[in-house]
Amino acid sequence: MTSLKIIRLYLKPIVFLICLLPIILVLTDLFEISGTLGANPIENIQDRFGIWGLRFIVILLLISPLKKISGIIWLIQFRRMIGLFAFFYVLMHFLVWLLLEQSLLMPAIIEDVTKRPFITIGFIALLILLILASTSTSKIRRSMGKKWDKLHQSVYLASILGVWHFWWQVKKDITEPLIYAVIIFILLTYRLWDKYKKTQPKKNPA
Amino acid sequence: MLIKKPNKIKSFEITSERNYINRRNFIKSGCLIGGGIISDNLLTAELPSQPFEILKNIKESQYSTDEQINNIIDVTSYNNYYEFGLDKDDPNLNSRDFKSRPWTIEVEGEAEKTGIFDIEDFIRPYQLEERIYRMRCVEAWSMVIPWVGIPLANVIKELKPLSSAKYVKFETLHDKKRMPGQKSGVLRWPYREGLTIAEATNPLPILAVGIYGRALPNQNGAPIRLVVPWKYGFKGIKGIVKISFIKNQPKTSWEMAAPNEYGFYANVNPKVSHPRWSQARERRIGSGVFASKQPTMLFNGYEEHVAHLYDGLNLRRNF
Repeated sequence: MTSLKIIRLYLKPIVFLICLLPIILVLTDLFEISGTLGANPIENIQDRFGIWGLRFIVILLLISPLKKISGIIWLIQFRRMIGLFAFFYVLMHFLVWLLLEQSLLMPAIIEDVTKRPFITIGFIALLILLILASTSTSKIRRSMGKKWDKLHQSVYLASILGVWHFWWQVKKDITEPLIYAVIIFILLTYRLWDKYKKTQPKKNPA
Repeated sequence: MLIKKPNKIKSFEITSERNYINRRNFIKSGCLIGGGIISDNLLTAELPSQPFEILKNIKESQYSTDEQINNIIDVTSYNNYYEFGLDKDDPNLNSRDFKSRPWTIEVEGEAEKTGIFDIEDFIRPYQLEERIYRMRCVEAWSMVIPWVGIPLANVIKELKPLSSAKYVKFETLHDKKRMPGQKSGVLRWPYREGLTIAEATNPLPILAVGIYGRALPNQNGAPIRLVVPWKYGFKGIKGIVKISFIKNQPKTSWEMAAPNEYGFYANVNPKVSHPRWSQARERRIGSGVFASKQPTMLFNGYEEHVAHLYDGLNLRRNF
Protein backbone atom coordinates (compact mmCIF):
# COMPACT_ATOMS: atom_id res chain seq x y z
CA MET A 1 0.00 0.00 0.00
CA THR A 2 1.30 3.43 -0.84
CA SER A 3 1.68 5.89 1.99
CA LEU A 4 -0.98 8.07 0.38
CA LYS A 5 -3.44 5.21 0.67
CA ILE A 6 -2.54 4.62 4.32
CA ILE A 7 -3.22 8.28 5.00
CA ARG A 8 -6.53 8.22 3.19
CA LEU A 9 -7.77 4.93 4.59
CA TYR A 10 -6.51 5.00 8.17
CA LEU A 11 -4.94 8.23 9.29
CA LYS A 12 -7.62 10.54 7.98
CA PRO A 13 -10.57 8.75 9.61
CA ILE A 14 -8.65 8.59 12.90
CA VAL A 15 -7.81 12.29 12.83
CA PHE A 16 -11.41 13.03 11.85
CA LEU A 17 -12.70 11.20 14.93
CA ILE A 18 -10.18 12.94 17.18
CA CYS A 19 -11.33 16.29 15.80
CA LEU A 20 -14.89 15.37 16.77
CA LEU A 21 -13.95 14.79 20.42
CA PRO A 22 -14.63 18.36 21.61
CA ILE A 23 -18.23 18.27 20.42
CA ILE A 24 -18.72 14.69 21.65
CA LEU A 25 -17.54 15.81 25.09
CA VAL A 26 -19.97 18.72 25.05
CA LEU A 27 -22.81 16.30 24.28
CA THR A 28 -21.77 13.76 26.91
CA ASP A 29 -21.48 16.59 29.45
CA LEU A 30 -24.91 17.80 28.42
CA PHE A 31 -26.34 14.40 29.28
CA GLU A 32 -24.07 14.20 32.34
CA ILE A 33 -22.21 11.11 31.16
CA SER A 34 -18.69 12.55 31.22
CA GLY A 35 -19.27 15.50 33.55
CA THR A 36 -21.62 18.44 33.68
CA LEU A 37 -21.94 21.76 31.94
CA GLY A 38 -21.96 23.57 35.30
CA ALA A 39 -24.25 26.32 36.51
CA ASN A 40 -24.23 28.26 33.26
CA PRO A 41 -24.45 25.60 30.54
CA ILE A 42 -24.93 28.01 27.64
CA GLU A 43 -21.83 30.00 28.52
CA ASN A 44 -19.95 26.74 29.00
CA ILE A 45 -20.91 25.34 25.56
CA GLN A 46 -20.39 28.65 23.82
CA ASP A 47 -16.93 29.15 25.36
CA ARG A 48 -15.85 25.61 24.57
CA PHE A 49 -16.87 25.81 20.90
CA GLY A 50 -15.25 29.21 20.59
CA ILE A 51 -11.97 28.14 22.11
CA TRP A 52 -11.86 25.01 19.95
CA GLY A 53 -12.48 27.13 16.86
CA LEU A 54 -9.44 29.17 17.80
CA ARG A 55 -7.39 26.08 18.62
CA PHE A 56 -8.14 24.53 15.24
CA ILE A 57 -7.06 27.77 13.55
CA VAL A 58 -3.79 27.55 15.48
CA ILE A 59 -3.36 23.88 14.50
CA LEU A 60 -4.08 24.86 10.89
CA LEU A 61 -1.42 27.56 10.99
CA LEU A 62 1.02 25.08 12.50
CA ILE A 63 0.76 22.59 9.65
CA SER A 64 2.91 24.19 6.99
CA PRO A 65 5.75 25.37 9.30
CA LEU A 66 5.80 21.86 10.78
CA LYS A 67 5.94 20.39 7.32
CA LYS A 68 8.85 22.64 6.39
CA ILE A 69 10.78 22.04 9.58
CA SER A 70 10.20 18.31 9.87
CA GLY A 71 10.15 17.48 6.18
CA ILE A 72 6.98 15.40 6.62
CA ILE A 73 5.25 16.39 3.44
CA TRP A 74 2.00 14.46 3.96
CA LEU A 75 1.07 16.74 6.85
CA ILE A 76 -0.32 19.04 4.20
CA GLN A 77 -2.96 16.38 3.46
CA PHE A 78 -4.70 17.38 6.69
CA ARG A 79 -4.90 21.08 6.04
CA ARG A 80 -8.36 21.10 4.54
CA MET A 81 -9.83 18.85 7.21
CA ILE A 82 -8.39 20.93 10.04
CA GLY A 83 -9.54 24.14 8.36
CA LEU A 84 -13.06 22.79 7.97
CA PHE A 85 -13.11 21.75 11.62
CA ALA A 86 -12.01 25.26 12.60
CA PHE A 87 -14.98 26.59 10.66
CA PHE A 88 -17.26 23.94 12.15
CA TYR A 89 -16.44 24.88 15.75
CA VAL A 90 -16.63 28.61 15.06
CA LEU A 91 -20.00 28.02 13.40
CA MET A 92 -21.23 26.01 16.40
CA HIS A 93 -20.00 28.81 18.68
CA PHE A 94 -22.00 31.27 16.57
CA LEU A 95 -25.12 29.08 16.48
CA VAL A 96 -25.10 28.63 20.27
CA TRP A 97 -24.85 32.41 20.60
CA LEU A 98 -27.61 32.95 18.04
CA LEU A 99 -30.08 30.30 19.21
CA LEU A 100 -29.39 29.80 22.92
CA GLU A 101 -27.68 32.98 24.10
CA GLN A 102 -29.82 35.41 22.09
CA SER A 103 -32.83 33.13 21.48
CA LEU A 104 -32.99 34.48 17.91
CA LEU A 105 -34.23 37.87 19.11
CA MET A 106 -33.31 40.01 16.12
CA PRO A 107 -33.11 43.48 17.73
CA ALA A 108 -30.63 42.26 20.36
CA ILE A 109 -28.64 40.36 17.73
CA ILE A 110 -28.39 43.35 15.40
CA GLU A 111 -27.47 45.63 18.28
CA ASP A 112 -24.74 43.26 19.41
CA VAL A 113 -23.26 42.72 15.96
CA THR A 114 -23.24 46.42 15.11
CA LYS A 115 -22.58 48.06 18.46
CA ARG A 116 -20.29 45.68 20.32
CA PRO A 117 -16.91 45.73 18.61
CA PHE A 118 -15.86 42.33 19.95
CA ILE A 119 -18.95 40.72 18.45
CA THR A 120 -18.49 42.61 15.17
CA ILE A 121 -14.95 41.28 14.98
CA GLY A 122 -16.04 37.74 15.71
CA PHE A 123 -18.77 38.01 13.12
CA ILE A 124 -16.32 39.17 10.44
CA ALA A 125 -14.02 36.26 11.31
CA LEU A 126 -16.96 33.89 10.90
CA LEU A 127 -17.79 35.34 7.47
CA ILE A 128 -14.18 34.94 6.35
CA LEU A 129 -14.16 31.31 7.47
CA LEU A 130 -17.49 30.75 5.75
CA ILE A 131 -16.04 31.97 2.44
CA LEU A 132 -12.94 29.85 2.88
CA ALA A 133 -14.91 26.75 3.80
CA SER A 134 -17.25 27.12 0.84
CA THR A 135 -14.34 27.46 -1.58
CA SER A 136 -12.37 24.58 -0.13
CA THR A 137 -13.20 21.88 -2.67
CA SER A 138 -10.48 20.67 -5.03
CA LYS A 139 -12.61 21.62 -8.00
CA ILE A 140 -12.97 25.25 -6.96
CA ARG A 141 -9.34 25.36 -5.99
CA ARG A 142 -8.29 24.22 -9.45
CA SER A 143 -10.60 26.61 -11.24
CA MET A 144 -9.44 29.59 -9.16
CA GLY A 145 -5.77 28.88 -9.63
CA LYS A 146 -3.45 31.44 -8.04
CA LYS A 147 -6.38 33.52 -6.82
CA TRP A 148 -7.35 30.67 -4.50
CA ASP A 149 -4.06 30.90 -2.62
CA LYS A 150 -4.47 34.63 -2.20
CA LEU A 151 -8.05 34.23 -0.97
CA HIS A 152 -7.13 31.52 1.48
CA GLN A 153 -4.38 33.61 2.98
CA SER A 154 -7.19 35.55 4.65
CA VAL A 155 -7.19 32.81 7.28
CA TYR A 156 -4.33 34.85 8.78
CA LEU A 157 -6.71 37.77 9.16
CA ALA A 158 -9.35 35.46 10.63
CA SER A 159 -6.85 34.21 13.20
CA ILE A 160 -6.04 37.76 14.30
CA LEU A 161 -9.73 38.68 14.49
CA GLY A 162 -10.45 35.49 16.41
CA VAL A 163 -7.89 36.14 19.12
CA TRP A 164 -8.91 39.80 19.27
CA HIS A 165 -12.54 38.73 19.73
CA PHE A 166 -11.43 36.49 22.61
CA TRP A 167 -9.24 39.21 24.15
CA TRP A 168 -11.98 41.82 24.15
CA GLN A 169 -14.63 39.73 25.80
CA VAL A 170 -12.72 38.69 28.93
CA LYS A 171 -13.51 40.76 31.99
CA LYS A 172 -10.02 41.36 33.27
CA ASP A 173 -7.60 38.45 33.15
CA ILE A 174 -6.08 38.34 29.67
CA THR A 175 -3.66 35.46 30.29
CA GLU A 176 -5.42 32.95 28.06
CA PRO A 177 -6.05 35.22 25.06
CA LEU A 178 -2.48 36.46 25.45
CA ILE A 179 -1.17 32.91 25.05
CA TYR A 180 -3.12 32.51 21.80
CA ALA A 181 -2.04 35.95 20.62
CA VAL A 182 1.62 35.09 21.15
CA ILE A 183 1.33 31.74 19.33
CA ILE A 184 -0.47 33.33 16.40
CA PHE A 185 2.04 36.19 16.33
CA ILE A 186 4.92 33.73 16.14
CA LEU A 187 3.24 31.69 13.39
CA LEU A 188 2.47 34.77 11.29
CA THR A 189 5.92 36.25 11.84
CA TYR A 190 7.45 32.97 10.73
CA ARG A 191 5.48 33.20 7.48
CA LEU A 192 6.58 36.78 6.83
CA TRP A 193 10.16 35.85 7.52
CA ASP A 194 9.86 32.81 5.27
CA LYS A 195 8.40 34.92 2.47
CA TYR A 196 11.09 37.57 2.92
CA LYS A 197 13.79 34.92 2.72
CA LYS A 198 12.36 33.62 -0.55
CA THR A 199 12.22 37.04 -2.19
CA GLN A 200 15.82 37.84 -1.24
CA PRO A 201 18.18 36.97 -4.09
CA LYS A 202 20.71 34.37 -3.06
CA LYS A 203 23.93 36.16 -2.27
CA ASN A 204 27.14 34.60 -3.39
CA PRO A 205 29.99 34.80 -0.94
CA ALA A 206 32.34 37.50 -2.06
CA MET B 1 -6.05 24.81 30.42
CA LEU B 2 -7.99 22.38 28.30
CA ILE B 3 -11.58 21.59 29.10
CA LYS B 4 -12.30 22.23 32.74
CA LYS B 5 -14.04 19.29 34.36
CA PRO B 6 -16.81 20.60 36.52
CA ASN B 7 -17.53 18.59 39.63
CA LYS B 8 -19.25 15.35 38.90
CA ILE B 9 -22.36 15.78 40.96
CA LYS B 10 -25.45 15.02 39.00
CA SER B 11 -28.52 17.09 39.35
CA PHE B 12 -30.51 14.35 41.07
CA GLU B 13 -27.97 14.25 43.88
CA ILE B 14 -28.52 17.88 44.56
CA THR B 15 -30.89 19.18 47.16
CA SER B 16 -33.75 20.63 45.19
CA GLU B 17 -35.29 23.94 46.05
CA ARG B 18 -38.30 22.07 47.31
CA ASN B 19 -36.18 20.00 49.66
CA TYR B 20 -34.47 23.11 50.81
CA ILE B 21 -37.72 24.82 51.57
CA ASN B 22 -39.00 21.70 53.28
CA ARG B 23 -35.84 21.53 55.29
CA ARG B 24 -36.28 25.10 56.38
CA ASN B 25 -39.73 24.22 57.60
CA PHE B 26 -38.30 21.26 59.47
CA ILE B 27 -35.73 23.46 61.11
CA LYS B 28 -38.36 26.00 61.99
CA SER B 29 -40.63 23.45 63.57
CA GLY B 30 -37.66 21.94 65.34
CA CYS B 31 -38.13 18.41 64.10
CA LEU B 32 -35.20 17.61 61.89
CA ILE B 33 -36.36 14.25 60.64
CA GLY B 34 -36.97 12.25 57.49
CA GLY B 35 -36.47 14.23 54.33
CA GLY B 36 -34.81 16.96 56.31
CA ILE B 37 -31.97 14.75 57.40
CA ILE B 38 -31.54 13.23 53.97
CA SER B 39 -31.19 16.56 52.27
CA ASP B 40 -28.89 17.70 55.05
CA ASN B 41 -26.59 14.80 54.33
CA LEU B 42 -26.58 15.75 50.69
CA LEU B 43 -25.74 19.31 51.60
CA THR B 44 -22.79 18.32 53.75
CA ALA B 45 -21.70 15.72 51.20
CA GLU B 46 -21.39 18.52 48.70
CA LEU B 47 -19.28 20.70 51.00
CA PRO B 48 -17.22 18.14 52.88
CA SER B 49 -14.40 20.33 54.13
CA GLN B 50 -16.62 22.94 55.67
CA PRO B 51 -18.51 22.82 58.92
CA PHE B 52 -21.38 24.69 57.32
CA GLU B 53 -23.17 24.89 60.65
CA ILE B 54 -26.88 25.54 60.94
CA LEU B 55 -27.69 29.07 62.02
CA LYS B 56 -30.43 29.42 64.60
CA ASN B 57 -33.07 31.99 65.34
CA ILE B 58 -33.43 33.47 61.88
CA LYS B 59 -36.19 35.97 61.26
CA GLU B 60 -37.99 36.18 57.95
CA SER B 61 -38.00 39.47 56.10
CA GLN B 62 -40.56 41.49 54.17
CA TYR B 63 -37.79 42.34 51.70
CA SER B 64 -37.41 38.73 50.51
CA THR B 65 -38.53 37.86 47.02
CA ASP B 66 -40.76 34.86 46.45
CA GLU B 67 -39.03 34.01 43.19
CA GLN B 68 -37.64 30.50 42.77
CA ILE B 69 -34.47 30.13 44.81
CA ASN B 70 -31.38 28.92 42.98
CA ASN B 71 -29.94 25.56 43.70
CA ILE B 72 -27.26 25.58 46.41
CA ILE B 73 -24.86 23.84 44.02
CA ASP B 74 -25.09 26.75 41.59
CA VAL B 75 -24.67 29.31 44.35
CA THR B 76 -21.63 27.57 45.82
CA SER B 77 -19.88 26.49 42.62
CA TYR B 78 -20.37 29.37 40.20
CA ASN B 79 -19.27 32.78 41.36
CA ASN B 80 -16.51 35.33 41.20
CA TYR B 81 -14.08 35.65 44.10
CA TYR B 82 -10.75 36.56 42.55
CA GLU B 83 -8.98 35.98 45.87
CA PHE B 84 -9.38 32.28 45.10
CA GLY B 85 -8.92 32.29 41.32
CA LEU B 86 -10.32 33.82 38.18
CA ASP B 87 -12.65 31.14 36.87
CA LYS B 88 -16.09 30.79 38.28
CA ASP B 89 -15.49 27.31 39.62
CA ASP B 90 -12.20 28.38 41.25
CA PRO B 91 -13.64 29.85 44.48
CA ASN B 92 -15.28 26.52 45.28
CA LEU B 93 -12.18 24.52 44.38
CA ASN B 94 -9.53 26.76 45.94
CA SER B 95 -11.14 27.98 49.15
CA ARG B 96 -11.62 24.63 50.85
CA ASP B 97 -8.72 25.00 53.26
CA PHE B 98 -9.48 28.59 54.12
CA LYS B 99 -10.01 29.18 57.85
CA SER B 100 -12.49 31.92 58.59
CA ARG B 101 -11.95 31.78 62.37
CA PRO B 102 -10.49 33.46 64.34
CA TRP B 103 -11.56 36.64 62.57
CA THR B 104 -11.62 40.27 63.57
CA ILE B 105 -13.18 43.33 62.01
CA GLU B 106 -11.50 46.68 62.39
CA VAL B 107 -13.72 49.76 62.47
CA GLU B 108 -11.97 53.05 61.95
CA GLY B 109 -12.45 56.64 60.83
CA GLU B 110 -15.25 59.10 61.39
CA ALA B 111 -17.29 57.22 63.98
CA GLU B 112 -17.75 57.17 67.73
CA LYS B 113 -17.30 53.45 68.08
CA THR B 114 -14.04 52.34 66.49
CA GLY B 115 -11.65 49.56 67.30
CA ILE B 116 -11.01 45.92 66.57
CA PHE B 117 -13.89 43.53 67.18
CA ASP B 118 -14.02 39.78 67.24
CA ILE B 119 -16.52 38.63 64.63
CA GLU B 120 -18.76 36.87 67.14
CA ASP B 121 -18.97 40.00 69.30
CA PHE B 122 -19.54 42.06 66.19
CA ILE B 123 -22.55 40.04 65.03
CA ARG B 124 -24.07 38.93 68.33
CA PRO B 125 -26.07 42.09 69.15
CA TYR B 126 -28.17 41.78 65.99
CA GLN B 127 -31.12 39.66 64.95
CA LEU B 128 -30.24 37.34 62.06
CA GLU B 129 -32.59 37.71 59.13
CA GLU B 130 -33.12 35.69 56.02
CA ARG B 131 -33.12 37.88 52.94
CA ILE B 132 -33.94 36.15 49.69
CA TYR B 133 -32.52 38.53 47.12
CA ARG B 134 -31.95 38.62 43.41
CA MET B 135 -28.24 38.84 42.63
CA ARG B 136 -27.36 40.39 39.29
CA CYS B 137 -23.75 40.00 38.17
CA VAL B 138 -22.22 42.66 35.94
CA GLU B 139 -21.51 39.79 33.52
CA ALA B 140 -25.26 39.58 32.76
CA TRP B 141 -26.19 36.50 34.76
CA SER B 142 -28.32 36.36 37.87
CA MET B 143 -29.40 34.14 40.72
CA VAL B 144 -31.85 34.20 43.62
CA ILE B 145 -30.01 33.54 46.86
CA PRO B 146 -31.38 33.03 50.38
CA TRP B 147 -28.86 34.99 52.42
CA VAL B 148 -28.75 35.09 56.19
CA GLY B 149 -27.34 38.23 57.69
CA ILE B 150 -27.75 41.38 59.69
CA PRO B 151 -29.04 44.65 58.26
CA LEU B 152 -26.07 46.91 57.59
CA ALA B 153 -28.13 49.92 58.69
CA ASN B 154 -28.38 48.52 62.22
CA VAL B 155 -24.63 47.99 62.39
CA ILE B 156 -23.94 51.51 61.12
CA LYS B 157 -26.34 52.97 63.66
CA GLU B 158 -24.57 51.11 66.45
CA LEU B 159 -21.13 52.34 65.34
CA LYS B 160 -22.42 55.95 65.47
CA PRO B 161 -20.78 57.63 62.48
CA LEU B 162 -19.94 61.33 62.90
CA SER B 163 -21.66 63.86 60.68
CA SER B 164 -18.39 64.15 58.77
CA ALA B 165 -18.70 60.53 57.62
CA LYS B 166 -20.08 60.55 54.08
CA TYR B 167 -18.97 57.14 52.87
CA VAL B 168 -18.42 53.66 54.24
CA LYS B 169 -15.46 51.76 52.90
CA PHE B 170 -14.99 47.99 53.16
CA GLU B 171 -11.84 45.94 52.74
CA THR B 172 -11.25 42.21 52.29
CA LEU B 173 -8.56 40.26 54.07
CA HIS B 174 -5.19 40.71 52.35
CA ASP B 175 -3.18 37.55 52.90
CA LYS B 176 -1.59 35.80 49.94
CA LYS B 177 -1.02 32.63 51.93
CA ARG B 178 -4.68 32.23 52.80
CA MET B 179 -6.03 33.73 49.59
CA PRO B 180 -3.82 32.36 46.81
CA GLY B 181 -5.54 34.41 44.10
CA GLN B 182 -3.92 37.51 45.59
CA LYS B 183 -0.59 36.35 44.16
CA SER B 184 -1.92 37.52 40.81
CA GLY B 185 -1.90 41.20 40.04
CA VAL B 186 -5.26 41.14 38.28
CA LEU B 187 -6.77 43.51 40.87
CA ARG B 188 -5.24 45.82 43.43
CA TRP B 189 -5.38 44.08 46.81
CA PRO B 190 -6.97 44.24 49.22
CA TYR B 191 -10.31 44.24 47.44
CA ARG B 192 -12.12 47.46 48.35
CA GLU B 193 -15.68 48.53 48.07
CA GLY B 194 -17.76 51.42 49.29
CA LEU B 195 -21.21 52.86 49.75
CA THR B 196 -22.52 56.30 50.54
CA ILE B 197 -23.84 56.66 54.09
CA ALA B 198 -27.35 56.98 52.66
CA GLU B 199 -26.94 53.72 50.74
CA ALA B 200 -25.41 51.95 53.72
CA THR B 201 -28.27 52.96 56.02
CA ASN B 202 -30.96 51.90 53.56
CA PRO B 203 -32.82 48.86 54.93
CA LEU B 204 -31.82 46.56 52.04
CA PRO B 205 -28.04 46.03 52.37
CA ILE B 206 -26.99 43.29 54.75
CA LEU B 207 -23.78 41.91 56.13
CA ALA B 208 -24.35 38.27 55.26
CA VAL B 209 -23.01 35.48 57.44
CA GLY B 210 -24.93 32.62 55.88
CA ILE B 211 -26.84 31.11 52.98
CA TYR B 212 -29.64 28.54 53.00
CA GLY B 213 -29.92 28.80 56.77
CA ARG B 214 -26.31 27.82 57.30
CA ALA B 215 -22.98 29.52 57.86
CA LEU B 216 -21.49 31.16 54.80
CA PRO B 217 -19.26 28.80 52.78
CA ASN B 218 -15.73 30.05 52.15
CA GLN B 219 -16.30 30.55 48.43
CA ASN B 220 -19.24 32.84 49.10
CA GLY B 221 -17.23 35.14 51.36
CA ALA B 222 -16.97 33.56 54.80
CA PRO B 223 -17.19 34.65 57.46
CA ILE B 224 -18.89 37.92 56.55
CA ARG B 225 -19.69 39.72 53.33
CA LEU B 226 -21.74 42.57 52.01
CA VAL B 227 -24.92 42.08 49.97
CA VAL B 228 -26.38 45.10 48.15
CA PRO B 229 -29.16 43.67 46.00
CA TRP B 230 -29.78 46.65 43.72
CA LYS B 231 -26.14 46.87 42.65
CA TYR B 232 -24.01 44.58 40.51
CA GLY B 233 -22.59 41.60 42.36
CA PHE B 234 -19.04 42.91 42.56
CA LYS B 235 -20.22 45.48 45.13
CA GLY B 236 -20.82 42.56 47.48
CA ILE B 237 -17.34 42.51 49.00
CA LYS B 238 -16.41 39.23 50.69
CA GLY B 239 -14.23 38.24 53.66
CA ILE B 240 -14.51 41.70 55.24
CA VAL B 241 -11.83 42.66 57.79
CA LYS B 242 -12.13 46.42 57.82
CA ILE B 243 -14.90 49.01 57.78
CA SER B 244 -13.95 52.68 57.58
CA PHE B 245 -16.10 55.78 57.83
CA ILE B 246 -14.60 58.38 55.55
CA LYS B 247 -15.22 61.87 54.20
CA ASN B 248 -14.46 61.34 50.52
CA GLN B 249 -15.65 58.82 47.98
CA PRO B 250 -13.35 55.80 48.15
CA LYS B 251 -11.82 54.20 45.06
CA THR B 252 -13.14 50.69 44.61
CA SER B 253 -11.09 47.79 43.26
CA TRP B 254 -12.94 47.43 39.97
CA GLU B 255 -12.98 51.17 39.48
CA MET B 256 -9.20 51.19 39.84
CA ALA B 257 -8.86 48.26 37.46
CA ALA B 258 -11.07 49.61 34.65
CA PRO B 259 -12.54 53.06 35.42
CA ASN B 260 -14.35 53.28 32.07
CA GLU B 261 -16.15 49.99 32.68
CA TYR B 262 -16.92 49.86 36.40
CA GLY B 263 -18.06 52.82 38.44
CA PHE B 264 -18.50 53.57 42.12
CA TYR B 265 -22.29 53.27 42.05
CA ALA B 266 -22.63 50.13 39.90
CA ASN B 267 -26.41 50.25 40.16
CA VAL B 268 -28.13 47.60 38.07
CA ASN B 269 -29.49 49.46 35.07
CA PRO B 270 -30.70 47.85 31.84
CA LYS B 271 -30.33 51.13 29.97
CA VAL B 272 -26.69 51.71 30.78
CA SER B 273 -24.61 49.17 28.85
CA HIS B 274 -21.25 47.94 29.88
CA PRO B 275 -18.87 49.33 27.22
CA ARG B 276 -18.48 45.83 25.82
CA TRP B 277 -21.85 44.19 26.40
CA SER B 278 -25.52 44.96 26.88
CA GLN B 279 -27.04 45.01 30.34
CA ALA B 280 -30.61 44.93 29.03
CA ARG B 281 -31.14 41.24 29.67
CA GLU B 282 -29.77 38.63 32.00
CA ARG B 283 -29.31 34.89 32.09
CA ARG B 284 -30.99 33.42 35.18
CA ILE B 285 -28.71 30.63 36.31
CA GLY B 286 -30.59 27.34 36.60
CA SER B 287 -33.19 28.24 34.00
CA GLY B 288 -31.89 25.57 31.65
CA VAL B 289 -30.20 25.38 28.28
CA PHE B 290 -33.21 26.43 26.23
CA ALA B 291 -34.54 29.26 28.40
CA SER B 292 -34.07 32.71 26.97
CA LYS B 293 -32.61 35.59 28.91
CA GLN B 294 -34.96 37.69 30.97
CA PRO B 295 -35.19 41.47 30.98
CA THR B 296 -33.04 43.19 33.59
CA MET B 297 -34.91 45.56 35.90
CA LEU B 298 -33.80 49.02 36.95
CA PHE B 299 -32.10 48.76 40.35
CA ASN B 300 -32.52 45.00 39.93
CA GLY B 301 -36.20 45.36 40.75
CA TYR B 302 -35.62 47.21 44.05
CA GLU B 303 -36.53 50.58 42.59
CA GLU B 304 -39.25 51.40 45.14
CA HIS B 305 -36.77 51.01 47.99
CA VAL B 306 -33.75 52.78 46.55
CA ALA B 307 -34.65 55.10 43.66
CA HIS B 308 -34.93 58.10 46.01
CA LEU B 309 -31.24 57.69 46.90
CA TYR B 310 -30.35 58.87 43.41
CA ASP B 311 -32.73 61.80 42.93
CA GLY B 312 -31.05 64.30 40.66
CA LEU B 313 -28.11 62.02 39.94
CA ASN B 314 -27.29 61.28 36.31
CA LEU B 315 -27.25 57.48 36.34
CA ARG B 316 -25.60 57.25 32.95
CA ARG B 317 -22.66 59.37 34.03
CA ASN B 318 -22.55 57.94 37.56
CA PHE B 319 -22.63 54.32 36.48
